[in-house]
Amino acid sequence: MESENKYLLPKQGLQDLILALKTAGYLVIGPKIDQEAIVYDEIESIEDLPRGWTDLQAPGQYRLKKRDDDAYFGYVVGPRSLKQYLYPPRQLVATATRDGQRWEFEAIENVDEKYAFIGVRACEIAAMRVQDRVFLEGAYVDPLYAKRRESALIVAVNCTMAASTCFCTSMGTGPRCNNGFDLALTELADAFVIEAGSEKGEKILRDLPSSPVTTADLDQEQKLQQQAVDQISKTMNPVNLREDLLANLDHDRWAETAQRCLSCANCTMVCPTCFCTTVEEVSDLTGDNIERQRNWDSCFDIDFSYQNGAIVRDDVRSRYRQWLTHKLATWHDQFDQSGCVGCGRCITWCPVGIDLTEEVAAIRGNRE
Amino acid sequence: METEQTPNVKKKPKLAVFKFASCDGCQLSLLNAEEDLIAIGEAVEISHFLEASSRVTPGPYDLTLVEGSITTPKDQVRIQEIRKQSRYLVTIGACATAGGIQALRNWGDHEEFQRIVYPNPEYLETLATSTAISDHVQVDFELRGCPVNKNQLVELIQDVLQGRKPRFPRHSVCMECKRSGTVCVTVSRGIPCLGPITQAGCGGLCPEYNRGCYGCFGPAAQANASGLSNWLLEHDVSKSELVPLLRNFNADAPAFREEGNRLSNEQDYTDE
Repeated sequence: MESENKYLLPKQGLQDLILALKTAGYLVIGPKIDQEAIVYDEIESIEDLPRGWTDLQAPGQYRLKKRDDDAYFGYVVGPRSLKQYLYPPRQLVATATRDGQRWEFEAIENVDEKYAFIGVRACEIAAMRVQDRVFLEGAYVDPLYAKRRESALIVAVNCTMAASTCFCTSMGTGPRCNNGFDLALTELADAFVIEAGSEKGEKILRDLPSSPVTTADLDQEQKLQQQAVDQISKTMNPVNLREDLLANLDHDRWAETAQRCLSCANCTMVCPTCFCTTVEEVSDLTGDNIERQRNWDSCFDIDFSYQNGAIVRDDVRSRYRQWLTHKLATWHDQFDQSGCVGCGRCITWCPVGIDLTEEVAAIRGNRE
Repeated sequence: METEQTPNVKKKPKLAVFKFASCDGCQLSLLNAEEDLIAIGEAVEISHFLEASSRVTPGPYDLTLVEGSITTPKDQVRIQEIRKQSRYLVTIGACATAGGIQALRNWGDHEEFQRIVYPNPEYLETLATSTAISDHVQVDFELRGCPVNKNQLVELIQDVLQGRKPRFPRHSVCMECKRSGTVCVTVSRGIPCLGPITQAGCGGLCPEYNRGCYGCFGPAAQANASGLSNWLLEHDVSKSELVPLLRNFNADAPAFREEGNRLSNEQDYTDE
């Protein structure tokens, strides 16, 4: 049944896919080597992809390394995620202009970008769905996110390897992409297995130089996907996680971790689900032209909890605890799901290598 | 054009810029704000700004920008007089805010320095320390940086003109790097970087150019400097690299000073 939707795409067929997306008016975003990391960026052709490169990840550490083969997607996840595009770090949301005695207000409600993302992993699709819940499914819909999200096309890639920081299997988000994509690829030694997950995807797939898959191809696909599962070594048991954390708000571990935590906000910036922002108004010297900007902010920013003349979370301990308990516990109360998808970015990109799975284990281990 | 509709009977606010021990770079940031300079000149009366004009009018001043640190007995007195003449006194840059690079003398023997450098040190009248303006007078606001960011400087002038409280980030440089898409140089390359404990405002300039932050905006709020150095020391960075990194343009800013002292007081420290 599954194999009926699957086709074989030669490696060079990826170039046809990129061209088809460009022709359809998409700004194509895919993996690219930049600043010694594999990051999402605008790509022009198959030549831009990190062919033959992989990433080695550990707490507080990321290194590029040459692979033994020519794989296009032989890496895991980088510091950027889809939120860089769907929910950009800086966004003009409104303007106000004084015209004599009058003020004219304008809300920004249109976006021009139409993105196609290539190389999206299962955990990243899960993260996008977490943000969908936040921005689209509550009482207040974010019009800019909605427009970008609606027009976006997702070309997923099934992981065939894992980093030491990955734990998607614990969070039930991967490594296989089951839904939420328009097209999905699995990279075999000499070709891709490709399947469509939507009508949009089917339409594009029809024009690609694909051929039927053989049982041998599907066996290889299965084996490679299993390889990713087998390589995942990190775990975090989600059962009772909310209760375990909320019952331990005064645990000694919070203060211990605050000795290590720099409150620098890197974990929240790289987290594909963290969505906090601050709104700033900027005027020119005349005061006649005002711009309201929405910028990524973080619960680790000391001024984030400033209200009525005081800072609520006035030490690193309370800020770290706020982040971890929101992500893993109170997110359930707010959005009926976990805020963590197990991508491991917060572990890799923490400049002092704090590993949230270890924090959870420590808090659980010392529980009465 | 607006002035025709609302005749401006009020006098323009008076702006003064004073220099203490410094390189003039922060004042020049104001002159460097080219696109805003004419608007600033229209919005304020420039009363005392020797880098810009030799025309000087007497105080008091509505907004005084102070550059540089206090390093001489004469300047100790001069800053008191300037404070008396100023409605708002704002320090600009690392020297005025934390003593600057010249605060390295606070760790040295200042009389020995004088003997080495000057043939007749008896003519010098200097203090043994270089200290921040806020160690001497009350400061209304401090703008960080070496030099200050000209956009922050223009924004601060706007804030004062419009009577609103200045609002600048006190969080890490990391947030600026991530917002700009700059990949972390410490995590991806092992380059020591003070970004996680340094206050934002530069836009993440150094990491964008493939080098570590050296803290020219001074410590971020509640900076956990020992948390950062403990990690770096476990990852192939030595104390003799870390201490000079902490002791540069903001050497005497409390969080950097304390951590630099903690490391340099340890037995295995050598300043090679």
